[in-house]
Amino acid sequence: MQKINRDVLIDRAISLLNSGQVSSVLGWRQGEFFYDVTPAVFTDENDIRENFVWNDFCGANFSKYLVSKTKASDGKILVFLKPCDTYSFNQLLTEHRFDREKVYVIGIPCEGMVDTGKLKAQVGDGLVSAQSTEEGLLVTTLYSDEPVNVDIKSVLAERCINCKSKKHVAYDELLGDEGQIEDSDRFDEVARIEAMSPDERFAFWQGELSRCIRCNACRDVCPACTCEKCVFDNPVSGVENKAPVNSFEEKMFHIIRAFHVAGRCTDCGECSRVCPQNIPLHLLNRKFIKDINGFYGEYQAGECVGSRAPLVDYNLEDLEASDVFEGRDTQ
Amino acid sequence: MQVNKYRPLIVAFCCNWCSYAGADLAGNNRLNYPADVKIIRVPCSCRVNPSFVLRAFQRGADGVIICGCHPGDCHYTSGNYYTRRRMALLFSMLDYLGIERERTRLEWVSAAEGAKFAATMNDFAEQVAALGENKRLEDLRCKR
Amino acid sequence: MQRIGVFVCWCGSNIAGTVDVQAVSDALRNEPGVVFSTNYQYMCSQAGQDIIIQAVKEHNLTGIVVCSCSPRMHEATFRKTAAAAGLNPYMVEIANIREQCSWVHKDMASGTEKAIILGKAAVAKVNLNAPLTPGETPVTKRALVIGGGIAGIQTALDIADAGFPVDIVEKNPTIGGKMAQLDKTFPTLDCAACILTPKMVDVAQNDNIRIFSYSEVEDIKGFVGNFDVKIRKKARFVKEDICTGCGLCTEKCPVRKVPNEFNLGMDNRRAIYIPFAQAVPKVATIDPDACNMLKSGKCGVCSKVCTAGAIDYKQQDEILDEKYGAIVVATGFNPISMDKFDEYAYNQSKDVITSLEFERLTNAAGPTQGKLLRPSDLKHPHTIVFVQCVGSRCASCAEKGKEYCSKICCMYTAKHAMLIRDKYPDTEVYVFYIDVRTPGKNFDEFYRRAVEEYGVKYIKGMVGKVVPEGDKLKVQASDLIAGKQLHIDADLVVLAAAIEPDKSARPLATMLTASMDTNDFFTEAHPKLRPVESPTAGVFLSGACQGPKDIPETVSQASAAAAKVIGLLVKDKLTGNPCVASANEMMCNGCSTCERVCPYGAITYIDKEFRMPDRTVATRRVAQVNPAVCQGCGACTVACMSGAMDLRGFMSSQIIAEVDAICK
Repeated sequence: MQKINRDVLIDRAISLLNSGQVSSVLGWRQGEFFYDVTPAVFTDENDIRENFVWNDFCGANFSKYLVSKTKASDGKILVFLKPCDTYSFNQLLTEHRFDREKVYVIGIPCEGMVDTGKLKAQVGDGLVSAQSTEEGLLVTTLYSDEPVNVDIKSVLAERCINCKSKKHVAYDELLGDEGQIEDSDRFDEVARIEAMSPDERFAFWQGELSRCIRCNACRDVCPACTCEKCVFDNPVSGVENKAPVNSFEEKMFHIIRAFHVAGRCTDCGECSRVCPQNIPLHLLNRKFIKDINGFYGEYQAGECVGSRAPLVDYNLEDLEASDVFEGRDTQ
Repeated sequence: MQVNKYRPLIVAFCCNWCSYAGADLAGNNRLNYPADVKIIRVPCSCRVNPSFVLRAFQRGADGVIICGCHPGDCHYTSGNYYTRRRMALLFSMLDYLGIERERTRLEWVSAAEGAKFAATMNDFAEQVAALGENKRLEDLRCKR
Repeated sequence: MQRIGVFVCWCGSNIAGTVDVQAVSDALRNEPGVVFSTNYQYMCSQAGQDIIIQAVKEHNLTGIVVCSCSPRMHEATFRKTAAAAGLNPYMVEIANIREQCSWVHKDMASGTEKAIILGKAAVAKVNLNAPLTPGETPVTKRALVIGGGIAGIQTALDIADAGFPVDIVEKNPTIGGKMAQLDKTFPTLDCAACILTPKMVDVAQNDNIRIFSYSEVEDIKGFVGNFDVKIRKKARFVKEDICTGCGLCTEKCPVRKVPNEFNLGMDNRRAIYIPFAQAVPKVATIDPDACNMLKSGKCGVCSKVCTAGAIDYKQQDEILDEKYGAIVVATGFNPISMDKFDEYAYNQSKDVITSLEFERLTNAAGPTQGKLLRPSDLKHPHTIVFVQCVGSRCASCAEKGKEYCSKICCMYTAKHAMLIRDKYPDTEVYVFYIDVRTPGKNFDEFYRRAVEEYGVKYIKGMVGKVVPEGDKLKVQASDLIAGKQLHIDADLVVLAAAIEPDKSARPLATMLTASMDTNDFFTEAHPKLRPVESPTAGVFLSGACQGPKDIPETVSQASAAAAKVIGLLVKDKLTGNPCVASANEMMCNGCSTCERVCPYGAITYIDKEFRMPDRTVATRRVAQVNPAVCQGCGACTVACMSGAMDLRGFMSSQIIAEVDAICK
C-alpha cells in the first residue's frame, strides 16, 4: 500500500494545471490491463480525475520522457517522481538532456512496486483486479471464487526489495514524508555470480542471454539511453545491426549496452522490469556499479547534478587492469 | 608449415607514441615473437573503444591486447588513465560472463621497451594458445 | 569505391628475406578496391617513388598502400610522394611489414601470411580514407605574460627583443616579484636588486613591452594564436601617466600604520605608497582599505601636495579587452602560512621568522637598514637557529605542509648562514636539516664553504619544539648522527617555509583550461621533452608556477618559454594536424562527456538550430571541436556514448575495418 493517496496527487496536479504553473502533467494511466500501467501526458482536468493512476503498479520511471516532452512543450511539465526516479532525473540534468526550468517536480514517497510476474506466479493467470490493503493485495482472478490475499513483500520487484534510497535527490515540492538512503543488499546476487566457477558463470549468462529476443525494450526504457541516435541504429558505429541472430551486435548487445551506461546507470532497474523474457539485466549494470565502487570509490550516479562520472575521471593511483582479478578465485 | 598445431589469432592495439615504437624497436633488435600477433596502430590507447575489442573477438580473434604508454608518460598526458579504467571494467565484465580472463590484457610498453614488447607478446600468445579457440563469446547468446 | 594501388617494398633483403614479396603483391591485388599491385626493391628510393607517381597517373589511383617499413620511418615520405602525384597526402596508409613482420619472424611462410594480412588491413583502411586538409588559423602577433616577477620579466624581455609586442599583467603595484625582496643571491652572492632592477628598467623602457601593473586577468577565451583576454586594471586612484613618482605624497600621508607588505609587515607604510624605491612603474598607489579620503571622504592631503595633480579619488577599475597569440603563465610562488606550525612558536614570538622575512631583515633597504637586529627588541642576535624543511617533504602532514621538496631552501639557508658568519663572526649559527640538497652548478661548493670556511654548525635532525622563555627561544632538537637531544638557547629562529604556487594560479588554470597537478603547480606538456609548454596549445610556463625553482633555473625556463612563444608568433598562420576529432551534430547529445575527458579544452558546446524531419526547428546543444586546439588523442571518441564523436584519420569505421581484415 502506497503511503500517499491518489487524491493528493490529483489535487496538486489539477491545481497546478489550473493555475497555469504547468501546462501538462506526466503521470500514470491504465493500459490494457489493470496491472499494465503506462506513462501518459495529461492536459485536461477531467482526464486526470478519471484516468490518473497511482497504485502499487506504477513502476515506470518518468525521467527519460522529459527529454522528448520538454522539447515538445512550451510550458512547464509537472512530473511525479519516486525517490529512485530522481536519481535518473539528476543524471539526465548532468548530461544536459533537458531544461530544468521546463519541469516542475513533485517528489512522492514509494513503498515499492509490484512485479507482475511474481504476482502471476503466485496466484495464477487471469488477473482481474488487485486491491491494495494494509499488508498486501487482495487479488481476484478469473479462476478463483474468492479474492486471494497476497503478502506485498512476496511480490515486490527485485529493485524494490533491494531499494537503495527512499530519499529524493531532486524535487520542487515534496508530498508526504522524506525517506532515507537505505542499506540494501543489492550486490549480493552479483557477488553470488562472481563466486561461481567460470564455467558456471558462462552457463548462467548463456542461459539468460540466449532468451533475448532483441525487442530493444531494455534500451528504450533505460533513462541512461537517450542518445539522439543509438549506436545500434547507426550504420557507421561498427556495432549496428538489427535482425540476424548470428551477428556481432546480437551477441555483444548487452555487454555494449551495459558499458555504455557504466558510471551513468543509476540502478533504477527499469531494464529488468520491462524485459519480456525476464532476463536479469540489472545484474550486468550492477556488476559495473559494484566494480566502480570497489575500484574507484563509492559512486552513485545521479546523486548530485554535475558530478564527474567514473569513466570520464581517473586517479594516478588507479588499479591496473591486471589487478582487477587480484584476490578473486583463479580459474 | 606446421599444419596441426593450433595457432591463435591475436590483435594488438598499440599507441603510436610508445608501444608502436616499442614494437618497432623489437623489430630493429630482431626480437622474435609469434606471427599470430597483428598490430593495429592507434594514436593513443584511449582511442581503443571496448567495442573494438569485442568486435575482434566476434570476428574470430582469440586474444586481444592493448598497449599504451606507461602511466604518467602518455603523449596526451591523460589518455592511458582513461584506458586503464575502461579496460579494467571491460575485462572484469568479460570475466563475470565466464569468458576466459586470459584472453585480454592491457600492458604499458614504452618506446624503449622493445624487449618488453617481444616478451609480452610471446607470453600473451602462449597464454592464449593454451586456452584454444575462443568459443565462449561466440556462444554467449545463441546456444539454445 | 577507391582505386587503390599497392606497393610492396623488398627493402633489399630486409623484407624480401623473410617475406615472399611477390606473393604479397599478388594476394593484395585481389582485395576490394585494389586496381594495381606491384613490388620493388626500395620503394622509398627516387625510383620507387617514381613507380608510385607513375601508377597513380596511369591507373587513376585514389588511394595508396605501401607495404614497407614502419610508418614512423617513411609515412611522411610517401605522403609527399602522393602529393607529388596529385593525391591528397592522407590517402596513404602503410602496412608495417618490416619492423613488425620480416624482422621479428624467421619463417618465410608465416611471415608472408602475416604480411598479406597486414596489407589487407591497410587496404581495408584506405577504402575508408577521406582526403584531409589541415586547417589554418591566423596568429595574433602579441604575447601576454601573466606575472611580473623575474620569470615574467625575462620572458617578456626575450620576446620583446625578438621584435614582438608583449604585455605584462602584474597584480601588485610594481613588477619585480619575490626577487625584488631578496638580499643576496646564491651561489655568487650578487645583490638581488643590483641584477634585477636594471632588468626592470629595461622592461619599462622597451617599446615592445606594456606593463599593466595593479591589474588582474579577468577572463580568457579563444585558443592558440587567438586568445581574447579581459584584463581588470584596478583603480589605484593615481593617474599613472601623470604621477612622477616623486614620493612626496607618501611622506605627507597622515595614515602611517599600514603594515608594509614589501617588508612582510615588519614595518609600516602609508595609505598612499610606492612599494620600494626602484618600483616599476614608479607610481604611487592608494590603498583603498586604509585611505581616509576613500573611506570617509575626509583628508585629501595627497591631492593637495601633489603638484602634478595625479591624484584621482574617483578613479574606477578599468576593463581592457586585448588579443594575444600566446600566453605565458609566470604567477610564481609564496611561502606557505606558518599558522599551522605551532611547534615553532611562529605566532608566539616575533623572533621566530621565515627565511623571506630574514631576507628583508638583512637587506639594506629593509626595516633595519640591513643591520641584523631581531624584531622583538632590535638587539643583535648571538645564537641563530635555522630550521630546514618547514612544511616541505611533509608526507605525513599533508594537511599542514607539502609533500614535495621546495628545492630552494637548502641553498638560501646556506647563504643566510654564511652571510651572518661573514658579517658577525661572533654569532653561532645552527642549521637543522633532513638532507642538504645542492644539485646545481657551484652549489655544493657553496654549501661546503658555509660548513668548512664559515663554521656554520649543520646538524642532521629536526627541531621538535621552540618555546619562547624570557628573551630567549628554547630550541629542542635531535641530533640524529650523535644520537642525542639538543637544547639551544637561541636569539632568533629562522624557518625555511615550504613554497607553494600563488593562489591566483588555480582560477587562472581554469580560465586557460590548462592542467595542474594536485599541488596546483601547472603541468607541462611533457615532463622531459616539452617542459615549458602547457598541454593547452598556446599556453607556456615560466618559473615557479610549474614547480619550485631557484633564480638561475627560473631564468632559463623563462627564456625557453620565450623561445617557444617567439616560435609561435613568428608564424603568420598555424597549420593544424588534420587528424582531429569532429562531432556529427545530428548524433550529438550535448551531454558534455567528451569535454570532460579532453586534455586540451578543445571541445565547447553551442546551442544550434536544426531542421527536424517533421519540418519543425529544434534547438539542440551540440559539441564543437576546435581543430586548432585538438591534438587527436581520441579520448572523446570512446567517451561519446552516441558515437557522434569520431577521429579523422583514425575513424571508428577504419579501425573496425582493420580489425575485420585481420580477423577474417
